[in-house]
Amino acid sequence: MNLTLKIWRQKDARSKGQMVDYKVTEISEHMSFLEMMDVLNEQLINKGEEPVSFDHDCREGICGSCSMFINGEAHGPDRRVTTCQLHMRMFHDGETITIEPWRATAFPVIKDLIVDRSAFDRIQHAGGYISVNTSGNTQDANAIPISKQAADTAMDAATCIGCGACVASCKNSSAMLFVGAKVSQYALLPQGQVEAATRVKNMVAQMDLEGFGNCTNTGACEVECPKGISLDVIARMNRELMKASV
Amino acid sequence: MSGFLKSSIGRKVAMSLSALFLMVFLLQHFFINSLSVFSPELFNEVSHFMGTNPLVQFALQPVLIFGVVFHFIMGFILEIKNNKARQVSYAKNNGGANSSWMSRNMIWTGGAILLFIILHFIDFWIPEINTKYILGDMSGTKEGLEGLRYYEELTHKFENPLRVGVYAIAFVFLGLHLAHGFTSAFQSVGAASLRKKLANVGKAYSIIIPLGFIIIALFHHFNH
Repeated sequence: MNLTLKIWRQKDARSKGQMVDYKVTEISEHMSFLEMMDVLNEQLINKGEEPVSFDHDCREGICGSCSMFINGEAHGPDRRVTTCQLHMRMFHDGETITIEPWRATAFPVIKDLIVDRSAFDRIQHAGGYISVNTSGNTQDANAIPISKQAADTAMDAATCIGCGACVASCKNSSAMLFVGAKVSQYALLPQGQVEAATRVKNMVAQMDLEGFGNCTNTGACEVECPKGISLDVIARMNRELMKASV
Repeated sequence: MSGFLKSSIGRKVAMSLSALFLMVFLLQHFFINSLSVFSPELFNEVSHFMGTNPLVQFALQPVLIFGVVFHFIMGFILEIKNNKARQVSYAKNNGGANSSWMSRNMIWTGGAILLFIILHFIDFWIPEINTKYILGDMSGTKEGLEGLRYYEELTHKFENPLRVGVYAIAFVFLGLHLAHGFTSAFQSVGAASLRKKLANVGKAYSIIIPLGFIIIALFHHFNH
């Protein structure tokens, strides 16, 4: 496959970026999208040009690093995949592919396609944990009965990898699917219920402080989430906050 | 509680509660208007009751006005905040791949409804308030007209084809707004299961009510 790539290039956080066109040749349809980006970068290095900076780590859909907005969609046109799991067979020979970083005020661009997602870390620090005294008297977690349904639903929420596709896809750059998933995974389990009220209050307050937009229930986040996290987690977060506030 | 109302979620919950209230109001408005097609006398009687009953006029009407004003102001406040959350747009954004046109354009359909409500107030509400509370005429009658005046005033307004056309277009926007707003309101108050269970009810509501209003306007236009 021969492709034309329109890629956002930005020297650093303070510079003004722009879309730059590149041609890549001899791309196999079996390559992952990141492997195609590797080929492009090799070509650029061979020509003495600056390679395109992009986040990546595990390359197996777990770490959530590979944030790219491809042809107008987070992680590209495939469903339930991260960019590293996206294959070039989703594109056709001669196609022009537009590649941009996540766009959100709370996710400022650091360089090229890399954005600063530490806003998610600060939201997690605000309450995305349970406090357990591990001084020797802790009850074995397996000794606490939890219904199958609650365990499964909590696990579904816990599959969130914090990639930020929800924010990138949302027309309002809302982080509510992420925060809803983190609130839900604890709210459904007895271990998390002790701090449920303070957790949801603090995490929502931090989310608002970071400058994310508001949820208008378009459902774009649910469709683009590589882990298929449902809008139900947002409804649960809303209920948890209402419960905590009255 | 004050912290809740300042939060993004609190504002969304308040927004959806006002939407649910307005959807109930719209339903009763539709039923009363539809009486004008089947029984002008009953329409006159019910309109006179609604227009002169102190509970309706001094308790429900202020709540309704507050609900309408709140829904619009909060809608615009949230839109401004949402725009600030993404100051650099995508060069290519395929929103249609993951969400409906209606869900992405609530501010525009809402803005069109606001313009319609201004026209509607000029057409009906302001003359009504003038007659009743400025001129002090609570009789519901009109000089040279036998019986109550409401049916005659309604049909008179729909004589103008331009007004009927504007009303019809406005109700199309209302339908588009409701197509997303109905289920979205349940989601925002945390009732995700109701959002799914009432999806078809929402579709029916967003088609039947606006279409019904259009049919009523066309009926009076072509029958008078």
